[in-house]
Amino acid sequence: MKFTYFFTRRLFHSILVLVGLSILIFIIARILPGDPARLALGPFASKENVAHLRHEMGMDKPLHLQYVAYIKGIFHGDLGLSFQTRRSVSLDIAHYLPATIELVMASIVWVLVIGVPFGVLAGRYKDSWLDNLSRVVAFIGVAVPPFVVGLMGQLIFSYGLGILPTTGRLSLLMPPPPTRTGFLIVDSLIAGNFTALGDAFVHILLPSFAIAMTGIGQIARLTRGSVSDVLGKDYIEAARAFGIPDRYVTFKYMLKPSFIAPLTILGLTFASELGNAFLVETVFGWPGMAKYGIRAILRKDFNAIMGIVLIIGLAFVVVNFIVDVLAGYVDPRIRIREEE
Amino acid sequence: MTHPNMLEIRDLHVYFRGYEGVSRVLDGISLNVGRGERVGLAGETGCGKTVTMKTVMGVLKIPPAMVPHGEVILDGQNVLEMSAKQLLQIKGTRISMIFQDPMNALNPVFMVGEQLYDVIRFAQGDSGTGRKRFGTEIHDRAIAALEEVRLPDPERILRSYPLELSGGMRQRVLIAMALVNGPSFLIADEPQTALDVTIGAQILDLLSELVRTKGISVLLITHNLGVIQETTERVYVMYAGQIAETTPTPVLFKNPKHPYSQGLLASVPRLTGGEIAEGIRGTVPDYTVAPSGCRFHPRCDYVMSICSQRKPPSFPVEPDHYVGCWLYGKEGGSK
Repeated sequence: MKFTYFFTRRLFHSILVLVGLSILIFIIARILPGDPARLALGPFASKENVAHLRHEMGMDKPLHLQYVAYIKGIFHGDLGLSFQTRRSVSLDIAHYLPATIELVMASIVWVLVIGVPFGVLAGRYKDSWLDNLSRVVAFIGVAVPPFVVGLMGQLIFSYGLGILPTTGRLSLLMPPPPTRTGFLIVDSLIAGNFTALGDAFVHILLPSFAIAMTGIGQIARLTRGSVSDVLGKDYIEAARAFGIPDRYVTFKYMLKPSFIAPLTILGLTFASELGNAFLVETVFGWPGMAKYGIRAILRKDFNAIMGIVLIIGLAFVVVNFIVDVLAGYVDPRIRIREEE
Repeated sequence: MTHPNMLEIRDLHVYFRGYEGVSRVLDGISLNVGRGERVGLAGETGCGKTVTMKTVMGVLKIPPAMVPHGEVILDGQNVLEMSAKQLLQIKGTRISMIFQDPMNALNPVFMVGEQLYDVIRFAQGDSGTGRKRFGTEIHDRAIAALEEVRLPDPERILRSYPLELSGGMRQRVLIAMALVNGPSFLIADEPQTALDVTIGAQILDLLSELVRTKGISVLLITHNLGVIQETTERVYVMYAGQIAETTPTPVLFKNPKHPYSQGLLASVPRLTGGEIAEGIRGTVPDYTVAPSGCRFHPRCDYVMSICSQRKPPSFPVEPDHYVGCWLYGKEGGSK
């Protein structure tokens, strides 16, 4: 009952953010200098043709009517036409987005698998060599740009040791599994194609790690601080004083409250990793949103720009919604306070 | 074999190694708590009360702490020589404690019930006969424990998170947790300071009543002399890691002997009016460069040459009344 209230409230907030975002990007795309119809048709097109295209795109109507038309389109899965590919933006996005999302998800896995345990151990054994190591790793992670990590990775693991592929999502000769979700790892699992799965896996290791570096450092430090904070609390000492075994206190009474802070930051980590993915995709020739998005921006392909920003915004809102709900689930203080 | 005293601390020294050198926090304190006795340990902030408590509970972190000398005998066994497993066995079932701040002593992300169940489930004392307790039995005991501390609607309390309870209710829950496994010795660390005065008084009344009916020995640690007067039979006055004076509680208020005790009592403001007391001049010393001999001598009005040279032993002035002050040595100075 309490939880449903919290849940619906957060859902409402998320929708509000999406509406705000759609208005914002719509306006920005329209007030940018330059005429997209002229850009699309080239400098030698006649005035009549340009006017005709403007009319076709509905750009001669008042702004608020254009917005309403755009929103109506969204609900039909129609994000308009891209000028550069002459295809529907939604099709283009459906084609490029899964690669990017898969990459970012993989990097989140890195963050969870390395950053969190590292942080827990560093906090539990404060000022040990492990803690110092985590500090160094965190500084490197935050200070070195992800694309540099990617390049270094390629140098060491691809050219040097030759154990990981340099670019792409799959080897050239590997037939891709039939597309179901667009996530290669998931698709090859569904198809039961384990050679493709392994190939997709080794391809994603380096780029996702390059993106994850910053997040690993941040989350490790945050978790460390959180753990060492919680360890100093009276309730840990109290649990021990009442005869609850140490190991049990650590795994139950220490871990759960320690995870709240890192959990709430995870949403932000996701956002920054999406941003980093654009650069890293370029380094690794990853066929994701980066190439499409950058070209759309340069060519002022505003339907594509709006589509991309909207989808990335949607991903961001969805992830933060999940993170918020999880945080509320873990921490009663968050969900109960909101009722008062 | 039952030991005559519940707790015996003998000449306990606890030092801490830090950046500024070694802090000699406890400088040989000795303290007894008899069976069923309620004893107070009074002293100002920073005098070593909490370190004493942590040493007894076996939660002192070594290092940075060191115990170069001394024994802590709980029910005939030296706590300082116990293994982690032995310590775990006595916690909750033979020795337990009440915390100062109920706002922070309950885990905020677990329901009260879950925390209380765990305390019951992990009890490993002789009363448990080693058999595992199961769901309904744990639940029944949890309910009984909450009823004992007079919490209304215990079923609802079990399903509540700590932040849904008031400070007084939380302290009652903590008392229930401390007593649910039937300990014979309880350390209470300022159980009322974090609460409103009236609620604090209720908690103290409840606690006194429970320990009296159950025959639990108590060591009550506080800086509040009023609390000492109301709830304890005997009192130790502590100053800077040394025991200044030991006496039956009423005697301390009528006839304090140690200059520090006298200063402490004089600095309590009185409802009957008069000047606000002047307090004791100076401050608690830095433990890395603690004064030699009697640690109170730099602040004492009656200081003699011997005070800075040798630590005074406990001189008996009356039966049950001991004072660690050279004024009462040998022929005994007049005050």
